[in-house]
Amino acid sequence: MLKHWFAGHLALGLAQAVLAASVALVVMYIARRRGIHLEKEISLALVRGIVQITAVGTVLVLLLRGPHWTGGVILLAMIFAAAMISARRVRAIPQAWKVSLYAILAGAGSVIALMSLAGVIDSAITALVPVGSMLIANAMNANSLALERFRSDVQAHVGQIEAALALGAASQVSVFPYAQASFRASIIPAIDSLRSLGIVWIPGLMAGMVLSGSPPVYAAVYQFVVIAMIFSSSSLTCLVSTSLVRQTVFSGSEQLLLRASMDLGR
Amino acid sequence: MDLLVHSHSDVKLVENKYFIDIRGQMTTTLPVLRTERLGRSVGQSVLVSDVTMEVRRGEVLAVVGPSGAGKSSFLRLLNRLDEPTGGSFVIEGRDYKEFPARELRQRVGLVMQTPFLFPGTVETNLQFGPAQRGRSLGPSEITSLLERVGLFGYERRDVSTLSGGEAQRVSVARALANDPVLLLLDEPTSALHEEAKMGVEQLLLEIVRTSHLTCVVVTHDRAQAARMADRVMVMKSGRMQKIGTVAEVLGA
Repeated sequence: MLKHWFAGHLALGLAQAVLAASVALVVMYIARRRGIHLEKEISLALVRGIVQITAVGTVLVLLLRGPHWTGGVILLAMIFAAAMISARRVRAIPQAWKVSLYAILAGAGSVIALMSLAGVIDSAITALVPVGSMLIANAMNANSLALERFRSDVQAHVGQIEAALALGAASQVSVFPYAQASFRASIIPAIDSLRSLGIVWIPGLMAGMVLSGSPPVYAAVYQFVVIAMIFSSSSLTCLVSTSLVRQTVFSGSEQLLLRASMDLGR
Repeated sequence: MDLLVHSHSDVKLVENKYFIDIRGQMTTTLPVLRTERLGRSVGQSVLVSDVTMEVRRGEVLAVVGPSGAGKSSFLRLLNRLDEPTGGSFVIEGRDYKEFPARELRQRVGLVMQTPFLFPGTVETNLQFGPAQRGRSLGPSEITSLLERVGLFGYERRDVSTLSGGEAQRVSVARALANDPVLLLLDEPTSALHEEAKMGVEQLLLEIVRTSHLTCVVVTHDRAQAARMADRVMVMKSGRMQKIGTVAEVLGA
């Protein structure tokens, strides 16, 4: 319907955006009548969303003409940003930023490097950056899940951990069960994505490739390729972060630093 | 060092710091524990401050005081679960910093208020400490440990089926499995029911007396301190207020 009225790409896009946003506003109105006030938050998020994504679109246009190495620089910047976002979630963990950075670098960074060298990821910036960003974003999510789970498990088991330490256990041994549980929990989303591929969701990349005219079967196989890479990079990230974090929550004399408010009042 | 004369009633001998060793010679004994202006502060709050004291071999010292007086914080320093921020302490003549933390903790056992047993059987829990040093307890060692805490035949019991008193006994046996030179007890009976309380206290007394264990017990219960200890140290606001025999300090 919109295509009849709006001829240019930009005009059509804007019209589609307005329509999609107005559905969101309707939902907001319904929520408001039920006493849930989301007006400010939703309006802000909508505006923010369109500005951000349009800006990225514009940058991508510039990138298309940029030299080869800019792709690597952008991905590196993304890894730094991802580490910071992840670390902000677990402020209680000492050196969370360092742990996240090393983990995402080792996990997402190494998979991106290997796969683009092997030709699985096209090294053209227009392919490298979007696919790489998917790997980094998923690695970041998995890393946040792992560290947050580790923090809450450790703080819930301070007694057991210190009982083990008090018996002469190495710090690494005393938190091992919690590191293991955190790793398992953090890779659930990646495993479930692999499992439900095609049945529950046809992810964005395949949708995009089909929309832009790639053969659907190739698009489908490539979607699997990406999900498989997401799985390996996320898992590797969490393996690294859960083993690094086992050291940073202890002092040099193997004292548990992550004890929440328990240190006071004794 | 094996000691021939070494019992609860020999207070005078202990006071004089002399023991008669196996060959009948008089020897000066080193205190098992000596603290020197020991303290710990976190930020602005002072948890423990300036504690200078010693505990002699075979002696039971009770630490009493109101809650928040720093009793548990003091105990945690001795097992190095927390780092002292001032002063130092010496275990059997060696500065605590000379030991790797793990070795110190194996020598200085700690029984907490809550047992915090590891999931699994009673035996798994007893094996834990020795396993950290690559050792494994034989069946007879397990049996004798369980006998000492009055839980004969409990090896295969799952810890989730134990009562509060039984669990605390297992945590005592678990600490003894490391063969510590100094045993720290942090309110060992305060989380237990009335009936279990006396049982565990009795047991601890027996173990401490028969094995001549050197022991620091934190308790808020002055009557318990009087029943268990040779000497009593009173803490308030992180500082040591008084130290002396039960009669001197508690006026019993």
